[in-house]
Amino acid sequence: MNKRSPGSDPGMSKAQNTMHLKYESTLREPLIDGVKDYHQVTEDIISPIEAKPGKLWYIGLFISVLLLLFGVFSVTWEVYWGTGVWNLNKTIGWGWDITNFVWWVGIGHAGTLISAILLLFRQGWRTGVNRAAEAMTIFAVMCAGQFPIWHMGRVWMAFFVMPYPNTRGPLWVNFNSPLLWDVFAISTYFTVSLLFWYSGLLPDFATVRDRAKTKLRKYLYGVASFGWTGSTKHWQRHESLSLVLAGLSTPLVLSVHTIVSFDFATSVIPGWHTTIFPPYFVAGAIFSGFAMVQTLLIITRKILGLEDYITLGHVEAMNKVIVLTGSIVGVAYLTELFMAWYSGVQYEFDTFYKFRAAGPLGWSYWIMMTCNVISPQVFWFRKMRRNIMVTFIMSIIVNIGMWFERFVIICTSLYRDYLPSSWSYYRPSWPEVGFYLGTFGLFFTCYFLFAKYFPVIAVAEIKSILKTSGQNFKEKMDVYEEQDAEKFAHDQAHH
Amino acid sequence: MAVKKFVVGSFDDEAVLFPAVKKVRAAGYKIHDVYTPFPVHGLDHALGLRETSLHTAGFIYGITGTTTALSFMSWVFTTDWPMNIGGKPHFPLPAFIPITFELTVLFSAVGMVMTFMYLCQMAPFVKKHIFHPRQTDDLFVMAIELTEKTPAADVKAFLDSVGAKEINEQTVEAGWWIGRFDKEDKLFSRPAAPVNA
Repeated sequence: MNKRSPGSDPGMSKAQNTMHLKYESTLREPLIDGVKDYHQVTEDIISPIEAKPGKLWYIGLFISVLLLLFGVFSVTWEVYWGTGVWNLNKTIGWGWDITNFVWWVGIGHAGTLISAILLLFRQGWRTGVNRAAEAMTIFAVMCAGQFPIWHMGRVWMAFFVMPYPNTRGPLWVNFNSPLLWDVFAISTYFTVSLLFWYSGLLPDFATVRDRAKTKLRKYLYGVASFGWTGSTKHWQRHESLSLVLAGLSTPLVLSVHTIVSFDFATSVIPGWHTTIFPPYFVAGAIFSGFAMVQTLLIITRKILGLEDYITLGHVEAMNKVIVLTGSIVGVAYLTELFMAWYSGVQYEFDTFYKFRAAGPLGWSYWIMMTCNVISPQVFWFRKMRRNIMVTFIMSIIVNIGMWFERFVIICTSLYRDYLPSSWSYYRPSWPEVGFYLGTFGLFFTCYFLFAKYFPVIAVAEIKSILKTSGQNFKEKMDVYEEQDAEKFAHDQAHH
Repeated sequence: MAVKKFVVGSFDDEAVLFPAVKKVRAAGYKIHDVYTPFPVHGLDHALGLRETSLHTAGFIYGITGTTTALSFMSWVFTTDWPMNIGGKPHFPLPAFIPITFELTVLFSAVGMVMTFMYLCQMAPFVKKHIFHPRQTDDLFVMAIELTEKTPAADVKAFLDSVGAKEINEQTVEAGWWIGRFDKEDKLFSRPAAPVNA
């Protein structure tokens, strides 16, 4: 959206003719491989929606639904008998449930990071991966939300967390409590991510609608596209909407995991009560979120044949984020260890050196260290960053590591109390494991349906970068480089 | 039944579209709208559309959220039911910041999207007139409204001269489904009285 000088007639200036001629250095590798035109982009991304799904899709969906049903069974069991069927006790009041909650919320951070922060930073590569990453975010937050809700035990009272005029006084909720902040943060995050994602989907649904061959598809995608036409005025508003939503989501995404970290940091439990938690949690969330994006997209691009749009360059860019955030997390771990010693607080020291790095649950600490700090260092090597197999394996290792990070933070701080007589050990019972597996079922059921029925790449956004970053267009850019600087500047002038 | 007549020209390249828009406007034809498969930067200015104020609306929704959250929490904790929570103050401003921030974002985002939907006349089950099925695929479609002074043959010839690939004439029932750039169109309703029955 360019500002125009007052008095000049917009659209009549000479520069408008050359506005489409955007130039991108040939040193940057293309973001869209192969010879493409606008129609080919539509064809490549939309045709999997119109085709019959393969055998793998049915198998994957079947397994996911089975897992989901097992999760439903486990949760039903827990609601019927009460939270006593979980292996939580007086000493360890938070176990797998809150571990899984934080893990899923963390995963749900990459989508908005990619779509919002990278939009503000004008990172062209986000267009290839943002749609799927945002979908993943929404599904991950849906999974995350389950844990605190079912952990309530008497889940039919769940609405008590909302501040509403009630017959109990009205007795309001405690606005000082980080657990209540969490209610607001997670529900706002879910709503805003959903709006951002769906408003981006409207033009692409319209594309599916307008090329639909069957009546049913035309009707369904017509309903989903809300009557999008592609009018210039609508695009102008859409651009403004996306930009502001990105601007709002950027602090939002940072606030959500900050508030999740407050659940711990505002307490007085050794190992939780630290000011390092917010940045440490946010970095960890981005770290695990990008790993999950890699896991999903490496499979998606292969099965749907989208290697031209999610290129090795995209994979490498995400691996760079992984090695950066992984190293931030590593620094945080070391800082914690240092502060536990340097502060001279006996309880902090014991928690970190006797009960985390050693002790009955010490093994989980070392799994965390290996997966999160040591293994991502392979991504300092370009060859490794661009190796699909290494990336895929690493993406899973990172998520195992990040699960253990939450487990370590929660359980190793709790199982050794101030009162040695209440020291305990914790291992999950089957309904806890079943619940966790069930959220995998929910996540992958949603993802499989998304991958089949939704445009997994933002078609309109890819088209808008095609002429600057498409391979067949980039090859022609040498012509510009041969021009003298003055002519080049004149041709590329923006108004 | 009020109808409108259009000559619709399709371009396959935005590089041809820009000078065409300029020439069509200079010639005095009435561009109803240009439909593109993706946002073409600068096209809104080339068409002489004004800047959108959507972001201003977003700001107003945002401060509404801020005010709602802050005043509500303050009222609850200082007036309605001042609770003693661990001896903490009744007006703990720093503790109100997270929820205030979240509601600011929530109000702003929800409000903006609703406003966007309203302004663009978009909702589930809404069906609009599509001038060319490939306007959401790979064509840039310019719809020129015909008036008494601009006969179809002239407009067609002119569009051809500025590089349109495909040109046709369409008669569409007037209403919000062709876009709301005309003052006489009421939102989501049929025109009250026929314009030229």
